[in-house]
Amino acid sequence: MLDQTPATITERSALKVNPAKTCQPVGAMYAALGVHGCLPHSHGSQGCCAYHRSHLTRHFKEPVMASTSSFTEGSSVFGGMANLQQAFQTMFALYDPEIVAVHTTCLSETIGDDIPTIIAKSRDEGKIPEGKVVVHANTPSYVGSHVTGFSSMVAGFVKYLAASTGTRSNAVNLVPGWVEPADMVELKRYTAAFALPTIMLPDTSSVLDAPATGTHAFYPKGGTTIAQIRAMGDARHTLALGAWASTAAAEQLRKQCQVPFEVLDLPIGLAATDRFVSALASLSGTAVPQAIEDERGRLVDVINDMHQYLAGKSVAIWGDQDQVIALTEFCRDMDMKPVHVMTGGHGQAFEERVKALLADSVPDANIRQQGDLMLMHQWIKNRPVDVMIGTTYGKFISRAEDTPLVRFGWPILDRVGHSYFASVGYTGGLRLATQLITAIQERQDRDAPDHALELVM
Amino acid sequence: MDLLTDRQGSVARAGDGRAIVAGRRSVAGSVSQRACTFCGSRVVLYPIADALHLVHGPVGCAGYTWDIRGALSSGPQLHRLSFSTDMREQEVIRGGEKSLAHALRVLIGRHRPACAFVYATCIVGVIGDDVGAVCRTIEAETGIPVIPVASEGFKGTKKDGYAAACGALLDLMGRPGAGGPTIPKSVNIVGDFNVAGESWLIRSYLERMGIEVVACLTGDGRVDDIQRAPRAALNLVQCAGSMTRLAKAMRDRWNIPFEQVSFIGLEDTAAALYKAAELVGDADTLARTRELVRSEMAAVKPELARLRTDLEGRRAALYVGGAFKAFSLVRALRQLGMRTVMAGTQTGGGDDYEHLKSLVDPDTIIADDTNPLELAAFLQSERVDLFIGGVKERPIAYKLGIGFCDHNHERKIGLAGFAGMVSFAREVHATVTSPVWSLMPRQRVAP
Repeated sequence: MLDQTPATITERSALKVNPAKTCQPVGAMYAALGVHGCLPHSHGSQGCCAYHRSHLTRHFKEPVMASTSSFTEGSSVFGGMANLQQAFQTMFALYDPEIVAVHTTCLSETIGDDIPTIIAKSRDEGKIPEGKVVVHANTPSYVGSHVTGFSSMVAGFVKYLAASTGTRSNAVNLVPGWVEPADMVELKRYTAAFALPTIMLPDTSSVLDAPATGTHAFYPKGGTTIAQIRAMGDARHTLALGAWASTAAAEQLRKQCQVPFEVLDLPIGLAATDRFVSALASLSGTAVPQAIEDERGRLVDVINDMHQYLAGKSVAIWGDQDQVIALTEFCRDMDMKPVHVMTGGHGQAFEERVKALLADSVPDANIRQQGDLMLMHQWIKNRPVDVMIGTTYGKFISRAEDTPLVRFGWPILDRVGHSYFASVGYTGGLRLATQLITAIQERQDRDAPDHALELVM
Repeated sequence: MDLLTDRQGSVARAGDGRAIVAGRRSVAGSVSQRACTFCGSRVVLYPIADALHLVHGPVGCAGYTWDIRGALSSGPQLHRLSFSTDMREQEVIRGGEKSLAHALRVLIGRHRPACAFVYATCIVGVIGDDVGAVCRTIEAETGIPVIPVASEGFKGTKKDGYAAACGALLDLMGRPGAGGPTIPKSVNIVGDFNVAGESWLIRSYLERMGIEVVACLTGDGRVDDIQRAPRAALNLVQCAGSMTRLAKAMRDRWNIPFEQVSFIGLEDTAAALYKAAELVGDADTLARTRELVRSEMAAVKPELARLRTDLEGRRAALYVGGAFKAFSLVRALRQLGMRTVMAGTQTGGGDDYEHLKSLVDPDTIIADDTNPLELAAFLQSERVDLFIGGVKERPIAYKLGIGFCDHNHERKIGLAGFAGMVSFAREVHATVTSPVWSLMPRQRVAP
């Protein structure tokens, strides 16, 4: 009964069925949670904030603190300035944040609230206490996706705070892209292995993977500090991971503080991690540490060991642009066949990039930006796959088509682990590879007739 | 704790003689646990399983409400899909009526639903799409009821969303062919959403008593049943906060009396069933009800007594959507030997809080529309052993090392009725006595 998807694909305009994206503000909220002492603020109706907090909580199983302008009928006519000004007073009086990160919503964008003006006026009128910081990003829900909101909020922090003192530091800026807290930890381990002083923005580790302590920390101990964000302006270089999530902040740093930057793929999988590691090596001027080389070797070793189970297996991948591109390359490199590749987000460049990645191995792959899970399901009905990689929402397809699903991306509402174990880097790749191999082998075991059940695999 | 000046009217000890200021919007800037008008409408109508639920607006509102409510259907699963017009910038500028009409045509053609609900989100209200006109056009084309739900998020609180949903249900009941002569010995269950199959249990009790359930609004809901709802002899209103308005309108329009009841806890479940028997039944119904209550009570009491031994004297806090659930939970907890030391709701009214105060001890904290800082402070200062709330509250309780029970959308086991009371007690017992609490540092304010 859950399968209500017709196999015949017809063109649809302006209609998403089972969306593969959410809206900008939730991305802005996630980014802002990666700044220490920051209270994300949703300038819109109460429901936006409640939904974003609930959804983030469902994914991370963690408390998520954010405030709302609580729009009314009146604010929708006269604008939300009064609400935002009141909100500043409430927030600083009650929750004492070091920094407030305002993001807009479809409502406040359409009304046309001018956030910088409201911030300036509030500061003049003393509604923002001395020494407290307020930043903002415009995140209209009717443009882009949650990734756009994330990207804009990270750039917003840079825009308001990064400054060059005229003296270059030895630091490297790292914009990690939309990854899990555990990935943030792993990325810091990589730069530390190359002895590169690093400022990473945002950093949701020790925020959305906080330990049980017996207390509720309204502002958990993690997050990039304001001082660190300011110092990004003096850094000698910016590494931006993931074009969709991180380019805007890197570009802003270049424009504002003349920090040169390069954009790399998210270091998920072997080749993308190789490129990340090369970049770190060239920035640090040192050789790749042996420990990292060994981790690489282990990943290659496992792929070799299990090649017979991976080779030729067809895979469907969906999620956010940066993740899907990296996953596609990784699957291809493990000799799998990514036959359906889709993002709910936007960007012709996504289709071009994936097409180029698969030009030799899967020239007839289905590739689509701005897709939804109904389309993905239709593709799979027309060309079944051995395994799928995607969000929790794929579980409906998984059940309907009896196809294993390896959960990856945002959101994962029905499993734990994603926030605690990294997917980036070689060891992260090892985890991903073992998840895929396990899914394939378990399916083989389940389907094998008695005589063919393999004990040793 | 120090409360924000604006919040002082919303928090009191039950015995300190101050009225609770309720029904206000959250203070702007607060980390409110509340949602919006759209959310209120969406949760009420969501369980109608053979209807198409199309969210008109940017993709988020449809995404966040995709299959988040464990409202089970015994048949169609159409309500578990997520449909959005995915409004983009060009529609914001030029209007979204054309794309709405297109989406409705495609979806009605594909799924042949019994009716369609079109939810207006914030932006639709601002750009001024005439959702009603589009619905009328599509209704004329397709022949099924296409009902606009005026659920623009900014229009008010979640409660206003309930009102919009009630309006949509009345619209459905008022269609030609709906209604008819009153069915003797019949009721509607109003305001149960069949989370974890609870409506099925309540329905089975009523049927065993010889009472026909015409419609459940809206748990395991079907459009046909809802259109027959005006034929019931009585409305049993469970979720009073969301559905009393509907019951009043049905009383005014079809002379159907209503009774506010609750199926949470033994006492309340028994009282609800006796009330139904008394109002629409006869001597036979009453006899059957007595037998049912007797046998169900007898079946659950030993297990409850066993669980109670570990729970006696433990301290509970609750923060729930509506006041009626809070009343029932206070009584249900008392049945387990537990004291409610803090009780709050998202949508309770002034009178509700007065009633709540009469149920609890004088030093119990009563709070309207609270926030995480207050909650965490209350949980610690009141030395709470169990917190009952929803998705956003759960991790706060766990961080504090306090047991938690979800009595909201994400509960997985039915907690209603006699059998549900045992499930509730088991869940409470499991979390309160979890060995995990002995593994974590428990930093509490000294008594």
